[in-house]
Amino acid sequence: MLILKLLFRNAFRNKLRTGLTFLGICIAILSFGLLRTVIGAWYAGVDASSATRLITRNSISLVFPLPLSYKDRIRQTNGVKNVSYGTWFGGIYIDEKNFFPNLGVEPASFLGLYPVFILRPEEKESFLKDRKGFMAGRKLIEKYGWKLGDIVTLKGTFFPGNWDFVLRAVYRGKDENTDETQFLFHWDYLNETLKKGTGHPWVDQVGYYIIGVTRSELASEVSSAIDSTFKNSLAETLTETEKAFQQSFVAMSGAIITAIQLVSMVVIVIIMAVVANTMVMTTRERIGEYAVLKTLGFTGRHIAALVFGESLVITMIGCILGMALTFPAAEAFSRTVGSYFPIFTIEPSTLYLDVAAALVVALVAAIIPARRAIRIRIAEGLRRIG
Amino acid sequence: MALPLSYNFRNLWTRRLTTALTVSGMALVVFVFASILMLANGLQKTLVETGSYDNMVVLRKGSGSEVVSGVSREQASVVETQPEIALGSNGQRLLAKEIVVLINIPKKGTLKPSNVIVRGIEENSLLLRPQVRLVNGRLPRPGSLEVMVGSSLVKRFQSMGIDEALCCGMGDWRIVGIFDAGNTGFSSEIWGNVDQLMPAFRRPAYSSILFKLRDPSEFGELKDRLESDPRLTVEAKRETRYYAEQSEMMATFLRILGISITIIFSLGAIIGAMVTMYSTVANRTAEIGTLRALGFQRRAILAAFLVESLLLGFLGGLAGLFFASFMQLFTISTMNFQTFSELAFSFSTTFEIVYKALVFSLVMGFVGGVLPAIRASRMNIVDALRSS
Repeated sequence: MLILKLLFRNAFRNKLRTGLTFLGICIAILSFGLLRTVIGAWYAGVDASSATRLITRNSISLVFPLPLSYKDRIRQTNGVKNVSYGTWFGGIYIDEKNFFPNLGVEPASFLGLYPVFILRPEEKESFLKDRKGFMAGRKLIEKYGWKLGDIVTLKGTFFPGNWDFVLRAVYRGKDENTDETQFLFHWDYLNETLKKGTGHPWVDQVGYYIIGVTRSELASEVSSAIDSTFKNSLAETLTETEKAFQQSFVAMSGAIITAIQLVSMVVIVIIMAVVANTMVMTTRERIGEYAVLKTLGFTGRHIAALVFGESLVITMIGCILGMALTFPAAEAFSRTVGSYFPIFTIEPSTLYLDVAAALVVALVAAIIPARRAIRIRIAEGLRRIG
Repeated sequence: MALPLSYNFRNLWTRRLTTALTVSGMALVVFVFASILMLANGLQKTLVETGSYDNMVVLRKGSGSEVVSGVSREQASVVETQPEIALGSNGQRLLAKEIVVLINIPKKGTLKPSNVIVRGIEENSLLLRPQVRLVNGRLPRPGSLEVMVGSSLVKRFQSMGIDEALCCGMGDWRIVGIFDAGNTGFSSEIWGNVDQLMPAFRRPAYSSILFKLRDPSEFGELKDRLESDPRLTVEAKRETRYYAEQSEMMATFLRILGISITIIFSLGAIIGAMVTMYSTVANRTAEIGTLRALGFQRRAILAAFLVESLLLGFLGGLAGLFFASFMQLFTISTMNFQTFSELAFSFSTTFEIVYKALVFSLVMGFVGGVLPAIRASRMNIVDALRSS
């Protein structure tokens, strides 16, 4: 107890310096936490995906469609429980900045495959009935202030023209990592409108199939079975688990993620320099004191413990402040860029990493000063002034 | 009278460890600041150089990008007959109807697939893009299943050498050449013959039409005419403008990321400098008293400490820039969100970035040092001398 008191007294001896160091650590931990959360947000889609769902798409790349006729042949494959399909619409709401995922899906089977989307029964029914209807996530509705029955117009990019949809249902996510910013409408509406036009290449074509398998162990078997069914056909398929599918998106922006990871390390190194600096100065000022302690019979180990302890006290207080601030900061951050990162939650692992980083900083920063303090010779230390 | 500069140098040298720590903190900040500016500059350079001001791109209305655009053959032939199109040396119109599709190719090393642009070109495509040079092999022969690949792809993707086969669409494509388009987006593309690629990927329509203007000033008039023509549903842009738009999202992302990181980091570094300077002042109270007693004025003391802090900043700036300049050796390859395809670009320095980074480091030194320096200059001679 006495030791702790001594550590605190020592740490707060130079209030200004300690205060500045706190602030430094606090900022570092805050930014470290935020950057980790940004990386986590990137992987949110991967985390939310299920092991019993497969995605089948055209093997060339996502911009090529698959014929609707594949649906029945996929359903006949052993181990397939249910099949749904959809098309990435890529429409723009008023301005390109208002980004949200908008997809044409086959609603009944889609909702069957995604039980995490929770709808009120009466809204669900009216959505299923209305071919021009759409359902949207709670966050999306709140952002644009849409109400049930409102008509929303999207400007098509790949599917030309202005498309009107009527809001029929609002969904909630079952848990925190469900994306509540999606805009889902009837694929039939898309297809029938395309049919009326002048031969759009995507008539009776879908972007991808979503397949539910009976048991997750069957996933790899089912995917190779499906892919071999369509081998050497006009549109060869590539089937992978939903997780792998989501992961491939993350992998494409791998360089950016690596950069953010690197930056979150660099911020820790910077703060290490700041804390080390503080500790160097603290010990330099107290060389005389350490000499006195040694005269009294304390060994170098005791003094080293004092230096390390002080460094720990300073970093830990800064770390706790930083962690506390991470929450409101993440809240503010997700409000501004929420459309790109629909899921922005601080994971417990981030907080553990915060503490671990602070520990490492405290220990590394105290090494050189502690060595200096241990090595001081009593006579020299006592002689020294200032 | 001012204190000599050597006084500052000696002070920094006496506290070597503290100086080194403060300088390295600042150097890291300047390093990050400079690298992000270099990266944004590199991206901009890549996409600005990709387009040419005299060229005009025609896309389907509202599509925004070649990848989702489609211009039917009938519409293309309307565009083709416009009188503003420049003529080539053989009297042919300098116009190319192209198709752009994305294919998945595994990356070297990780083998993770990434999207790559495949562009179906016509003979004129090369005339319209003088940046493109063949560095190895030959051009794909018209009417054959041959392609050439950009030099950035060769380094980054699996099996991209000459005589290797790319399989996608109907049939295998033989790579017969490697082209280099300098620092442009074309270096990350695969080029083949449009008349072969269209049926192979079952695309009935072209993606875009590119042509050179007879006279660049006729752009506005032609744009209005094309966009109001009832037979056409297209939009026309200058090629430079088109590529600038393609990078907008990415550039904004880099800018926001860069600015926020720099602000956070510089706060850390300023605090580091402040800690150092405050303790320098506190340690030298008696010294400051002596200097004042010798007749140095408050102003001289203020200046001396500020200079010391600025020196710290300057050293940090130099060190940071030194390390950042090595970043030019690296090339970043990532997905451009807007085109949904791989784009390679590198860090590039300009004099402006060097100058900005140095100013930034001096500002950090100044902000970190100004309060401690004021405290030093305000000290009372008697009190200062008395302190031990």
